[in-house]
Amino acid sequence: MSDRYQQFVNSFLGKQIAPRVGLPQPPFLKRHRPGAPVVDGPVLLGQADGGRLGPAVSRVLAVIGAETWTAEGPLRDGAAEAGLSPKIWSGATGGDQRFQALVFDATGISSAAELAQLHAFFQPVARRVRPSGRVVVLGTTPELVPGTGAAKASARVAQRALEGFTRSLGKEIGKGSTVQLVYVAPDADDQIESTLRFLLSPKSAFVSGQVVRISQSGRKPDLNWTEPLKGKVALVTGASRGIGEAIAETLARDGAHVVGLDIEPLADDLKKVTDRIGGSAITFDVTAQDAPAELAAKLKADHGGVDIVVHNAGITRDKLLANMKPEVWAQVIAVNLEAPERITRELLKQKAINPEGRIIGVASIAGVAGNRGQTNYGTSKAGVIGFVDAFAAEVAKQQLTINAVAPGFIETKMTAAIPLTIREAGRRMSSLGQGGLPIDVAETIAWYASPGSAGVNGNTVRVCGQSLIGA
Amino acid sequence: MTSPRRVAILGGNRIPFARSNAQYSSVSNSDMLAAALDGLIERYGLEGQHLGEFAAGAVVKLARDINLTREVVLGSKLAPSTAAVDIGQACGTGLQAVNYIGNKIALGQIDVGIAGGADTTSDPPIALGDKLRAKLVKVNNARSNADRVKALLAIRPTDISLDFPVNAEPRTGKSMGAHQAITAKEWGITREAQDELTVASHHNLAAAYDRGFMDDLITPYLGLERDGNLRADSSLEKLAKLKPVFGGPQGTMTAGNSTPLSDGASTVLLASEEWAKEHGHEPLAYLVDVQTSAVGYVGGEEGLLMAPAYAVPALLDRNGLKLQDFDFYEIHEAFAAQVLSTLKAWEDPTFCKQKLGRDEPLGSIDRSKLNVNGGSLAAAHPFAATGGRIVPALAKALKEKGSGRGLISICAAGGQGVVAIVER
Ligand SMILES: NC(=O)c1ccc[n+]([C@@H]2O[C@H](COP(=O)([O-])OP(=O)(O)OC[C@H]3O[C@@H](n4cnc5c(N)ncnc54)[C@H](O)[C@@H]3O)[C@@H](O)[C@H]2O)c1
Repeated sequence: MSDRYQQFVNSFLGKQIAPRVGLPQPPFLKRHRPGAPVVDGPVLLGQADGGRLGPAVSRVLAVIGAETWTAEGPLRDGAAEAGLSPKIWSGATGGDQRFQALVFDATGISSAAELAQLHAFFQPVARRVRPSGRVVVLGTTPELVPGTGAAKASARVAQRALEGFTRSLGKEIGKGSTVQLVYVAPDADDQIESTLRFLLSPKSAFVSGQVVRISQSGRKPDLNWTEPLKGKVALVTGASRGIGEAIAETLARDGAHVVGLDIEPLADDLKKVTDRIGGSAITFDVTAQDAPAELAAKLKADHGGVDIVVHNAGITRDKLLANMKPEVWAQVIAVNLEAPERITRELLKQKAINPEGRIIGVASIAGVAGNRGQTNYGTSKAGVIGFVDAFAAEVAKQQLTINAVAPGFIETKMTAAIPLTIREAGRRMSSLGQGGLPIDVAETIAWYASPGSAGVNGNTVRVCGQSLIGA
Repeated sequence: MTSPRRVAILGGNRIPFARSNAQYSSVSNSDMLAAALDGLIERYGLEGQHLGEFAAGAVVKLARDINLTREVVLGSKLAPSTAAVDIGQACGTGLQAVNYIGNKIALGQIDVGIAGGADTTSDPPIALGDKLRAKLVKVNNARSNADRVKALLAIRPTDISLDFPVNAEPRTGKSMGAHQAITAKEWGITREAQDELTVASHHNLAAAYDRGFMDDLITPYLGLERDGNLRADSSLEKLAKLKPVFGGPQGTMTAGNSTPLSDGASTVLLASEEWAKEHGHEPLAYLVDVQTSAVGYVGGEEGLLMAPAYAVPALLDRNGLKLQDFDFYEIHEAFAAQVLSTLKAWEDPTFCKQKLGRDEPLGSIDRSKLNVNGGSLAAAHPFAATGGRIVPALAKALKEKGSGRGLISICAAGGQGVVAIVER
């Protein structure tokens, strides 16, 4: 499963040869290490005139102890109020300064002409981002832009335009760096911490070119950020291997008691995983008729309910549509889409999901962009995105959230089975030029799962290294 | 013990400062310190007199100079009963020596004393590499000639290495200039602002020489009558041509707006009012108070040379003064960027709130009162000699003015700063 090509081009010899023969050079991505700071290096904070998120972002940078730089002016004065003592950034005096992260509050941009402020801030520092750097642009959710009439409309246009900027910058920034856009609802400034922490840290190593929407949840718990899931119970389906195993491990790392679920034939593998992380194991098939009811009853009986539900179990049965038998179609839809939907309904009905609960689906870029030979799979995964959309408003009323990850090419047994040339294309055809690791999906899920992410609801974030396939 | 007495600054004497490996290339710290002291003795008629104590130091010091100051006293025309002490606090040495003598006078332990300092970068203490030293120790310990020859033959060409003292912080491996380049960047200090300060330093010092201000502060030495680094015709155009030497190719710090390595020595005569009166000397001014502060810089938590930014507010608070309550500001120009970073920090509400815990910034100073008779950028900066250059010159400026108050600020290696108030 290891990526030999990446190891080769990053070896001494490879570094000599690869550029000469025109091979792409995927960078090594920095990943999270326990105890490491959120951002390991200087953060440059910028703001378009009239932006509103300076104080909220500054507060987060202050609590994570980031070495923060700003230009002189109101942004810096506001940052001081938040407890920061930012260093002064100016292109004329910046010398050899480089940044681990660039954070730009674009909420003040209210017309097409004002988009020039993106250029003004980013152009001088475009080459000053360190490897595995982070760029985060914050905007206002376009549909929720305040105001009236023409002013409101042009602000909405400008805010929507931000997406094209971040996605394009993601494609040219290079060196394993990532670029994201975070839309914050006008009243949700105090909800950004968990998302900023995730997007600024190496935990989001394989997430790039994404748009995250944050809304007001009315809740802002005090958190222990090293063990945010302490005391929580997490159900992870398909936990015996691959991405599911990584999810189970990561949620356990963050303090959760993990209930791993997988099919009977994989009971031994599953037990190995859950024993290692001090969790518990349940074996059954998520598509079984009585699975939802049984699961709900068991979670209530054993744990008094569940806090986090991760619908990770999934299968592929690839065939061109012309050759696809109806049972092959049905199998994939049943595991990937019907099971999550049925289980979620039953858990909600039985009130088995505790307040502050998190429901997390695993979609796929196949569900975003479609894939040849995957009409069934693509349908099921697009359905998972629909599942998130459809349930978001309803679960929010019960103080729950629902979100999904859409992995791109992740190095697992599933992708190892793909024919070599297609596999290579899958790896390389992304901004980060490589496949992701199961941990990358797991970290994204851990961000959704955090009690700090109450304002993150109804999102589908791709974990795909900004794959060139799909939107 | 009596209650503290006022400490009078009677005057000073220094030799002109020379650039490294120039006029003073063949003289030592003790030669230069003796020359500065001799001039002082002559100017103030101290021949044969017993003084309370002579305190001085050198930053770059040879191992044989264990008792540098005492040896200088013994070679001078002072009574041999004058005690002496070597002290060291990097670039703060000179002002700390003034503080030491001042405190003893204030407490009545002595009535009169001399503070000073000398430094040479032309005669540095060169250490032997570890391998060579170990083998030479064996040669020295050998009992017979045969053993000695055997021990000598054991020395291989590859053993021969010499450790020159480097102008670098041991804990970071970075030179002082590299540290200041980081601070300059963090404070957004422009190249133009640094060059402007540099030009002012040269022009002010040249003007001070021209109007005879330096006449009773300096004794020419080895053919040098003015500081060797002084460029009376310094200009922004000339400085603009220099390439950055710290902070990389896009850096703002050049050899022009940074002090060069240099050689020199200085002395200051301090006494109680009674002693001054008895001996017929009119005090130029009085040493009011001194504050030494230090900052952590090893992990980048603060700039290496930013300690004065903390020391000054502490000193002001203790004396119930505002930053604006001064007629002269003598801020040691280790680098133009150091002065500008410090001034900017005092003006910055963020720094003053976050780092100093003050609701209001200290504010800005009237720049026309800054280093009015030149600073280290023009005079150069033989490390331990800078305090003894500044104190008498400031005291004299206050005397010329008639009355007033001056602030001294000196940054030092190791994240330290020594600052003082002088009054008349
Ligand atoms: N690997 C990738 O590149 C990639 C890309 C996009 C999406 N995904 C999705 O991520 C999830 C995990 O994928 P993976 O690569 O780890 O696959 P995997 O095949 O290694 O693991 C899937 C797990 O789900 C379990 N499972 C399957 N059907 C089940 C059922 N009916 N009941 C209970 N458990 C069942 C399997 O036993 C297995 O342990 C899947 O939903 C997959 O579609 C993977």
